[in-house]
Amino acid sequence: MRSFSYERATSPGDAAAAAAATAHAKFVAGGTNLLDLMKLEIETPAHLIDVNDLALDRIEETPDGGLRIGALVRNTDLAADRRVRRDYGVLARALLAGASGQLRNKATTAGNLLQRTRCPYFYDTNLPCNKRKPGSGCAAIGGFSRQHAVVGASDACIATHPSDMAVAMRALDAVVETVRPDGTTRNIPIAELHRLPGDSPEIETVLQPGELITAVMLPKPVGGTQLYRKVRDRASYAFALVSVAAIVQPDGSGRVALGGVAHKPWRVETAEAELPNGAKAVSARLFADAKPTRDNAYKLPLAERTLAAVLREARV
Amino acid sequence: MRFEHPATFNPIDQLKVIGHPTSRIEGPLKTTGTAPYAYERHDVVADQAYGYVVGAAIGKGRIAAIDLDAAKAAPGVLAIVTAENAGKLGKGARNAAPLLGGPEIAHYHQAVAVVVAGTFEQARAAAQLVRIDYVKGDGKFDLAAERDHVSVPDPKIGGPADTAIGDFATAFAAAPVQLDASYTTPDQGHAMMEPHASIAAWDGDRLTVWTSNQMIAWGAEDMAKTLGIPKENVRLVSPYIGGGFGGKLFLRADVLLAALGARAAGRPVKVALQRPLMFNNTTHRPATIQRIRIGAERDGRITAIGHESWSGNVSEGEPDMAVSQTRLLYAGANRMTATRLAALDLPEGNAMRAPGEASGMMALEIAIDELADKLDIDPVALRIANDTQVDPEHPQRRFSQRQLVRCLNEGAARFGWNKRNAKPGQVRDGRWLVGMGVAAAFRNNLVTKSAARVRLDQQGRVTVETDMTDIGTGSYTIIAQTAAEMMGLPLDKVVVRLGDSDFPVSCGSGGQWGGNNSTAGVYAACTKLREAITQKLGFNSEEAVFADGAVRSGNRSVPLAQAAGAGDLVAEDAIEYGDLAKTYQQSTFGAHFVEVGVDADTAEIRVRRMLAVCAAGRILNPKTARSQVIGAMTMGVGAALMEDLAVDKRHGLFVNHDLAGYEVPVHADIPHQDMIFLDETDPISSPMKAKGVAELGICGVAAAVANAVHNATAVRVRDYPITLDKLLAGMPV
Repeated sequence: MRSFSYERATSPGDAAAAAAATAHAKFVAGGTNLLDLMKLEIETPAHLIDVNDLALDRIEETPDGGLRIGALVRNTDLAADRRVRRDYGVLARALLAGASGQLRNKATTAGNLLQRTRCPYFYDTNLPCNKRKPGSGCAAIGGFSRQHAVVGASDACIATHPSDMAVAMRALDAVVETVRPDGTTRNIPIAELHRLPGDSPEIETVLQPGELITAVMLPKPVGGTQLYRKVRDRASYAFALVSVAAIVQPDGSGRVALGGVAHKPWRVETAEAELPNGAKAVSARLFADAKPTRDNAYKLPLAERTLAAVLREARV
Repeated sequence: MRFEHPATFNPIDQLKVIGHPTSRIEGPLKTTGTAPYAYERHDVVADQAYGYVVGAAIGKGRIAAIDLDAAKAAPGVLAIVTAENAGKLGKGARNAAPLLGGPEIAHYHQAVAVVVAGTFEQARAAAQLVRIDYVKGDGKFDLAAERDHVSVPDPKIGGPADTAIGDFATAFAAAPVQLDASYTTPDQGHAMMEPHASIAAWDGDRLTVWTSNQMIAWGAEDMAKTLGIPKENVRLVSPYIGGGFGGKLFLRADVLLAALGARAAGRPVKVALQRPLMFNNTTHRPATIQRIRIGAERDGRITAIGHESWSGNVSEGEPDMAVSQTRLLYAGANRMTATRLAALDLPEGNAMRAPGEASGMMALEIAIDELADKLDIDPVALRIANDTQVDPEHPQRRFSQRQLVRCLNEGAARFGWNKRNAKPGQVRDGRWLVGMGVAAAFRNNLVTKSAARVRLDQQGRVTVETDMTDIGTGSYTIIAQTAAEMMGLPLDKVVVRLGDSDFPVSCGSGGQWGGNNSTAGVYAACTKLREAITQKLGFNSEEAVFADGAVRSGNRSVPLAQAAGAGDLVAEDAIEYGDLAKTYQQSTFGAHFVEVGVDADTAEIRVRRMLAVCAAGRILNPKTARSQVIGAMTMGVGAALMEDLAVDKRHGLFVNHDLAGYEVPVHADIPHQDMIFLDETDPISSPMKAKGVAELGICGVAAAVANAVHNATAVRVRDYPITLDKLLAGMPV
């Protein structure tokens, strides 16, 4: 771990301004991912801005009937919120499928969105990784890639986004609210928050330097049967091989987003038109441009089968 | 004490303390966080500095140049030790790859430097500033690719590379029913909770190391040899160990680097291997490729059984003896085994819980299940039909005890085996395909010399000292039970001190030999102490009875506190074994029954029920022994379903080198576990009439899981771990 300076921010605007004004600054909230990465010098911030004192830990109802989730709301609290459990079941289920109880107690809503990949090559500083060290190459391509992306990847990176929560947020059409260093705010649809790796896998979101997530907004409840199915080798405390967030309406229409298959939560709106035709038809559209490796080709039939299981369950 | 003849009635047979389910005597220390583990020994020596290990960044090659300037200039740095400045180092007899690499690099994450600083954070930060230029060499990292370029090893343990009885080839060719199948097991890591950790302090030319090590005498001896100093000048202290599983049998880099760092810094130094280093820096269970051929009559009797195994290792490393059990487990007149060794440049392969049998039973016990399928015979019945009460290679050698058949029958009855549908893929419970599997459990019982010292003091307390270790197994408790039984004392009058090279040399903890041998050593020492007491009191030692804190003879009774007299009475002895292990085959047996559910959509496998029935001699403490077995069953589930050190064959390393990437079972993976011990005493094994049990519990578990998965799905997976990707193609549409 490199030496770093540290401050506690007192307002979101000040935090964003400080982040922009200081070279190599990072925000820290729960720290469940950042601190591990700093110890390994995968992340080497020179300055940490602790945002835990900001009053961003509330879940409020919005005038349009949705919810505004403060950036600092802990995963545990979000999953337990009565309104989330009642109206956004897919989100509560996704949260509880992630990490462990201890980690969920620390991890925050914004931090969960911004956590970094668990690609093992990203975690070993001796090995090439374009995400960790741009231009060094991708050791996962041609290497051990059982966990990696099957769709939307590039020749530079085949890492996945590890979040469960984000997959549910994507299905719910959540909107990320931010404040920028100049004090202005903006709303970013979650579909646009995360980037595909392309030639610059080190740039994972559209957030600008210093830009701070202050909340995540959920539109008014969409009803339907809301399920989250996470497939993994062991029963708990493992990242998804494939996960499916689904919201299925009584008429058979609905939404699906997948985790464990891409650099971002994977949702293809045009594929959802195929929902009445079943999982095979939906999968064909979701994975039309899939380029799996030998190690992870199983994810394509697995995703289709998992989707089929979820749709069957939703219609019971 | 020499143990040359089968044990007759002795004080242990009173079973006043031995044989009772006794909680760990050191349990309160562990549950309150006050048991002092190596890295936390802040109390033992002042002014401790911190070492941080730098691991090699390549799998094979050499160091061209090291630049330490930036690291040396970093805050707090006291010293940096590399092979360049460490002075001449030897190598321990039990180490293959050198513990401090350079300029030659033998494997990935081989230690190449230790950076010593005033704080841990300073050492860690400075270690990142060590600049090393490597020249990559051509390493061999792919066992399958090397299969045809192997040598015939000369294994130090586990038998010769080739064995042959009768005429296997002819008998196999003539057999009406044949099985010929190949299996693979992956590299596996010990992944124990406590990392390898040591504090080293020099006092002149004498070195003391507080460490975490299963085998104190081996460690002290190899430390002295590596440093080129007299063995008497090395003291190793290791009273508490947070898991070992064979990964701490030997001197490892933490001990050496702490000692070298302390010498260079002129201060005591503590070193814990960083978790990401543990999988490549230390040893692991090597991967195997196994081919099993079995020929049988239509009634199930085996006429020919052959088992070949290929594994790889670094130069001077040993093969995995996966064929061991096949020489002993089933009858059959024509037999062969072959062990081959490939030269690989992956990290050093070595012992992990039940080395040999663990990997071998993973394959053999699937093969038996496959044979049962071909014969259309129940797999329990097939195993029973091929039982043998003698060593199949030497029929004049009987097993000292062999209750495999009872284990299988008792287990089948308790588990409800008769409810198993022999036709696979038939049983549904909601979304789950359900199946049952069985496997035999087999692990040899090893006897080896073990010494102890016992001291009776004026308070009537007996203190036991031996360099035996407790790696979470319960050694403290069974040793206390043994001394209490022998001396006629309650448990709280016995003090047990373990894990110090100043104490008499024990068997140590490994190969499931620790429980039986270490307590037999205590038995020997206590026998001597009893003689000293009776002699001192003028009692006839034949008639003296040690009970209720006193020694009694005729109508004289003297409290032990009084017997000690003015000073302590001390006795030291060792158990040493004659030829009983040669004249009899000593092994432990069991049967594992497993029920799994396989998700019909996703092919996720979840274990639903487990039962182990074990016959392993006298069970000294049913509570700690049960803990050992259910822990081993858990580890067997890991081996079956998830444990896999993923090899990157280009860079030459295990890629998933942390506990996020190397998955072991979590609580949610482990269902209700039943386990029972059959009543057994084995007078051939030792005066304790006990045998090993801790490793028996893992042997066969993975195959029982694999067989249950086959029964559930009709998909036969021969490559571990059995993950859902290997099942998907065979799942219902």
